[in-house]
Amino acid sequence: MVSVMAPPTRRVAFDLARQSVRELNQFLHGDLNQVQEVLVKNPDGAHSLAVGLNAPVRVDIGGHAGYYAAGMNKLATVVVHGNAGPGVAENMMSGRVEVSGFASGGAGASAHGGLLVIRGDAGLRCGISLKGADIVVGGEVGSFSAFMAQAGRIVICGDAGDGLGDSLYEAVIYLRGRVRSLGADARVEPMAERDHAAVRELLAAAGISHPSSEFKRIASGRTLYHWNADAGQSY
Amino acid sequence: MATMPADAIHEPPSNLQREESASFDRHIINYIQRAAATGLYEIRGLGAKRRLPHFDDLVFLGASLSRYPLEGYREKCSSATVLGTRFAKRPVKLATPITIAGMSFGALSANVKEALGRAATEIGTSTTTGDGGMTAEERASSKTLVYQCLPSRYGFDPDDVRKADAIEIVIGQGAKPGGGGMLLGQKVSARVAAMRTLPEGIDQRSACRHPDWTGPDDLAIKIKELREITDWQTPIYVKVGATRVFHDVKLSVHAGADVIVVDGMQGGTAATQWAFIEHVGIPTLAAVRQAVDALEDLNKKEEVQLIVSGGIRTGADVAKALALGADAVSIGQGVLVALGCNADSYLQHGQHLSATADYAKLGTAPGYCHHCHTGRCPVGVTTQDPVLEQRLEPAVGARRVRNYLQTLTMELTMMARACGKQDVHHLEREDLMALTIEAAAMAGVPLAGTTWIPGRGTNL
Repeated sequence: MVSVMAPPTRRVAFDLARQSVRELNQFLHGDLNQVQEVLVKNPDGAHSLAVGLNAPVRVDIGGHAGYYAAGMNKLATVVVHGNAGPGVAENMMSGRVEVSGFASGGAGASAHGGLLVIRGDAGLRCGISLKGADIVVGGEVGSFSAFMAQAGRIVICGDAGDGLGDSLYEAVIYLRGRVRSLGADARVEPMAERDHAAVRELLAAAGISHPSSEFKRIASGRTLYHWNADAGQSY
Repeated sequence: MATMPADAIHEPPSNLQREESASFDRHIINYIQRAAATGLYEIRGLGAKRRLPHFDDLVFLGASLSRYPLEGYREKCSSATVLGTRFAKRPVKLATPITIAGMSFGALSANVKEALGRAATEIGTSTTTGDGGMTAEERASSKTLVYQCLPSRYGFDPDDVRKADAIEIVIGQGAKPGGGGMLLGQKVSARVAAMRTLPEGIDQRSACRHPDWTGPDDLAIKIKELREITDWQTPIYVKVGATRVFHDVKLSVHAGADVIVVDGMQGGTAATQWAFIEHVGIPTLAAVRQAVDALEDLNKKEEVQLIVSGGIRTGADVAKALALGADAVSIGQGVLVALGCNADSYLQHGQHLSATADYAKLGTAPGYCHHCHTGRCPVGVTTQDPVLEQRLEPAVGARRVRNYLQTLTMELTMMARACGKQDVHHLEREDLMALTIEAAAMAGVPLAGTTWIPGRGTNL
C-alpha cells in the first residue's frame, strides 16, 4: 500500500521491437533522473539486457532474455519475466537478479555479491567461480555447478547433476534434492545452526518455502588447497 | 708381466667410456632423477629457455642506392601508435608501439606495478593488469591502463571496467597456451588473497577456460556485453597464446576484437610447469607471420591492430616485429630485467647491495634465475615478501624501465630511418632477410642472398 504522501514512482518503458539494446543500456547507465522502474517490452531473447547497471533502479524484462542478462550488476534489481540465457547476472557485485523461469549455463558465474534467484531450473555450471554472491535455485541445477566456487552460498531446492562443487574453495552449497555425483574435494558436512539460519534467510529472501531441515551442506574438503600433499618427499 | 713388443700399435684411451648420450644427456638424466625423487613436475617462472628461431635470425636491408635513408637525428620519424580503431569510440593513443605486458599484482609487488605505471606514463605507453585485478597503485600511476578479463575473474569489477582505457580478454598466454594461471602459496599474501577472494597462503591454480562462455560464437556475444557495459567507448583486445594462430586470429576478428594480442612461446610466466613452458606453443617469429597472414586474408590489416609479444628484448626485435606486420609489441620479461631481474645487486637508498647470497639460497645465481614462483626474488621484483619487496624502490624502477623503453624506441626509429621510413609503421616485410632456412620459412621472408622463401616458392 503506497502512502498518500509518497511521490509517484517514476516509470519508463522501452520497447525493443522499436528501440535498440544499446539505447536501453545507455539510458540505464546515464543520469536516471529519479526514474525508479524501467519496463523492457518485447525483449525477444536479446543479449546483454540491462548490463553494467550501477544504480538502485528496478528493471522488469517482460519476456525471455538472451546471454548475460543483468551482467556485472551493481545495486539494481533486475527481474526477467521468462527464461534467461547463459551467464545471467555474471560477475554481479550487488543488487538482486531474479529469473521467473529457467536459466541456462553459467548462471551467476563469478558473481561477487548480491542475490540471484532462479525460480525454475538452472543449467550447467551454475555458480561457477562464485566469489561471494548468493544464489537460490527453485528447481534443479545442471552438472559442474559451483565449479571452483570461492565464496558465497548456493541454495538448490531440487536435484543436482554430476560433479557438484568440484574444486570448491570457501563457498557453501545447500542441497535439498539428490546429487548425481560430487566433484573433486567436495563433501557433505553436517548442518550447523548457522547453516539452518543461512538457508532460512536465503529462502525467505527468495520467497520460497521449504524447511531448512531438508537441506544438506556441501563444502570443500580443502585437500586441494596445497600443491600435492606428498611434495617434499625424498628417496 | 709381459713386456710390450716394440712394434705394438699404441691404443689411445677410449672416448666411448665418456660418451654423452644425445637422448639421455646430463640435463635429461637430472630431470629423471629429480622426477624419481619428488613425484612432482617442476614449476618455474619466465619463458622458454631453449634456443628457438627468433628475430635474431632476421636482418634489415638498410637503404642504399635503391632506397633513400633518412638522417638519423635530424629527420622526423614518428613512433605514434593508435590501437582500437575498429569499433571503440575512444582508441588508445600511444607515443611508442612498445607496451608493457600484463603481469599480475601477486606475481609482482605493488611497488613494481607502481614503477611500471610511472615509467609507461612518462614514455607515453600503456601498462596492463594481470590475474588478480586492478590495484589502486597501478591505476593511479598509469595514464593508459589495459584491464585484463581472465578466466579466473579474480577481482574482476565493473567499476574497474569503467576505469580502464582498454579491456583485454585473455584466452591464453604464450608460456602456457591451454593452461590457467598459477600462484604458489608463498605469494598469496593477505592482500593478494583478499583481492582474489581466496584463503591466504593456498597454492592458487586459476581456471583455464572462461566461466561464462565457450567457443568463438560465445566470445562474440561476450565482447558485445563488454561493449554495452562500456557504451562502445573502450577498445577490446583479445589475447591468444601462439598455437593455431592463423585460425585463432581469424576467429578473434569474427568475434569482434578491436586489437589482437599474439603471445609466442618465449613469453614469460610467474609460475608454470616446466614441460608446458618448453613444449607447448610456437615461437613468436612463426606466430607473427601467421597472424598477419590471417588479417591480410580477411582484408582487416588496416582495421584490426596486432600486438605481438613473447621474447621481445631489443629495439631490433621491435623493428622486425613491426616490419613483419605487427602494430605494436608487448614486453614483460625485458621490463623485469630492466627492473633488476637477474642482476647481481639492487639499489637501496642510493647504494648497490649484493644479492648474490640470496640467489645462492635459491640454488641459483644472477643470470640463471627463474625462481619467480617462489616469491623469494633476490632483487624484490617478483615477490610479495614485505622485506624483499623493499629492494625495488618505485622511483628507481620507474627510471630504469623508462630508460629501457626509451632506448628501444630510439633503436626502433633509428632502424626505420635507415630503411628510409618516416614512420616506424612503414617498416615492411621487404625490408627483411633471413639468416637461417628455419627463420625464412617461419617469417616468410627470403633467405639472405636468395629469393627463396621455404614453403612459399621464390620471391621475385
